[in-house]
Amino acid sequence: MRKIKEFVIEKLILVCGLASIFFVILIFLFLTKEGLSVFKSVSPFNFLFGKSWYPISEPPQLGILPLILGSLLVTLGAAIISIPIGVACAVYIAEIAPLKIKEILKAGIELLAAIPSVVLGFIGMVTLVPWVKTTFHLPTGLTALSGSIILAFMAMPTIVSIAEDALYSVPKSYKEGAFALGATHWQTIYRVLLPAASSGIVAAVMLGIGRVIGETMAVMMITGNAAVIPQSILVPVRTLTATIAAEMGEAVVGSEHYFALFAIGIVLFIISFIINVTADLFLHKRH
Amino acid sequence: MADILVNNLNLWYADFQALIGVKAHFTQKQITAMIGPSGCGKSTLLRVFNRMNDLIEGVRVEGEVIIDAENIISDKTDLVGLRKKVGMVFQRPNPFPLSIYENIVFGQKVHAEGLTKLKLNEIVEDSLKSVLLWDELKDKLNKSALSLSLEQKQRLCIARLIAVKPEILLMDEPCSTLDPQATSRIEELMRELKNNYTIIIVTHNMQQAARVSDQTGFMLLGELVEFGKTEDIFTRPKDKRTEDYITGRYG
Repeated sequence: MRKIKEFVIEKLILVCGLASIFFVILIFLFLTKEGLSVFKSVSPFNFLFGKSWYPISEPPQLGILPLILGSLLVTLGAAIISIPIGVACAVYIAEIAPLKIKEILKAGIELLAAIPSVVLGFIGMVTLVPWVKTTFHLPTGLTALSGSIILAFMAMPTIVSIAEDALYSVPKSYKEGAFALGATHWQTIYRVLLPAASSGIVAAVMLGIGRVIGETMAVMMITGNAAVIPQSILVPVRTLTATIAAEMGEAVVGSEHYFALFAIGIVLFIISFIINVTADLFLHKRH
Repeated sequence: MADILVNNLNLWYADFQALIGVKAHFTQKQITAMIGPSGCGKSTLLRVFNRMNDLIEGVRVEGEVIIDAENIISDKTDLVGLRKKVGMVFQRPNPFPLSIYENIVFGQKVHAEGLTKLKLNEIVEDSLKSVLLWDELKDKLNKSALSLSLEQKQRLCIARLIAVKPEILLMDEPCSTLDPQATSRIEELMRELKNNYTIIIVTHNMQQAARVSDQTGFMLLGELVEFGKTEDIFTRPKDKRTEDYITGRYG
């Protein structure tokens, strides 16, 4: 009797475990089936590197290079802003802050992670966008820069909490060893603790970036959504994610446009996959 | 080189008094062993000498610890200077996750002595030679220090200390993770080093204390019960408690 119970429970857990993989495979198959159809009308090269995205002109022009560059530009900007601040914040929480401040900061970071992206986008729209417009004397404040700043806020919680974890799990003996050799606190941090935690910190950064590149709502609200190849960070751009979200509703099912949106989904899927695998590699290196 | 003069030293971890009125004189060119049961305060005492206790919250220290005519307990003590002068070897070898070379020049780099590459190379060679690792490691200086054996790691940690030219070496059970052969080689090394340093070793191993030390201190419940020549402590202890401990009646 007991054996049967064990057996049933074990198999049930196995099924649950396999289910998640099964769903991922299903999603990927569906994406591929719908997405690959676009290559009947446009070559993969022209799809990825075509310079114009006019999906409803006749014939439709389905080049997603402006969208890829839009995503990359916004992500790069967000990374440049969030990595130094995020890592510095993690160092402060893990090493310098007194216990009380540490607790408050950690709660604050968690709260930041809990803000829905549409709320961040909305706040960005009414505060950040006008500020960017007047500060840089632009015709519009809906720019890649605005998107980068808001996305930096969204990447920060991930970067801070994982990097803090990485720093925290550096053996205490390293710190003692450095202090015992007469190193100051700061020297200990940048010569010993940061290098020792580096793989975890890289993973933190990758996961933060992964979050940014997949983000949709906030970027759609504040980046201006112009599908042109950006010449600077101060012009409107459109990201891969925003394109799918904005156009899926109006694309005719079964049209080239519809398939192209799925193909964009594949591109996003592959980018996220690469980022996550890289982060995983670094995380495992740590252990 | 420097002596350490301890006078009426008291230390509290919050409400718990871990050191009670300790008085002792650690002499240069000698190895002093500190023995006693777990929790007797011998490691705590060691960690007063380079102020490592400062890393623990809620520690309060009173009394005098004089090194080079300066009471190092004082708030005004320059900790960087003190720790340069008073080096420590830990129970678990703790090389940094850097290359062997970088581990040894770490001290030089943090003390910003602006040395040339040539001079650094020389320091690495000298320090590794003094712990008898040079021949084994000279061809793999850029390898990670974490790839070494436990004994090599502990030697490397000693080399790393020697590179900053300390005057006092504190060793907190430096052989407790090593096998007997490695232990005897480290002890050999200690005997070689003692001519140039004041060495204090905390150990659980009474044979080790008897083998390597010139002076021995026996601690119990935060008190330094007896302090004197190693021979005297082991052959004719003055205090009943010392006798009980070294004859294995408790501890």
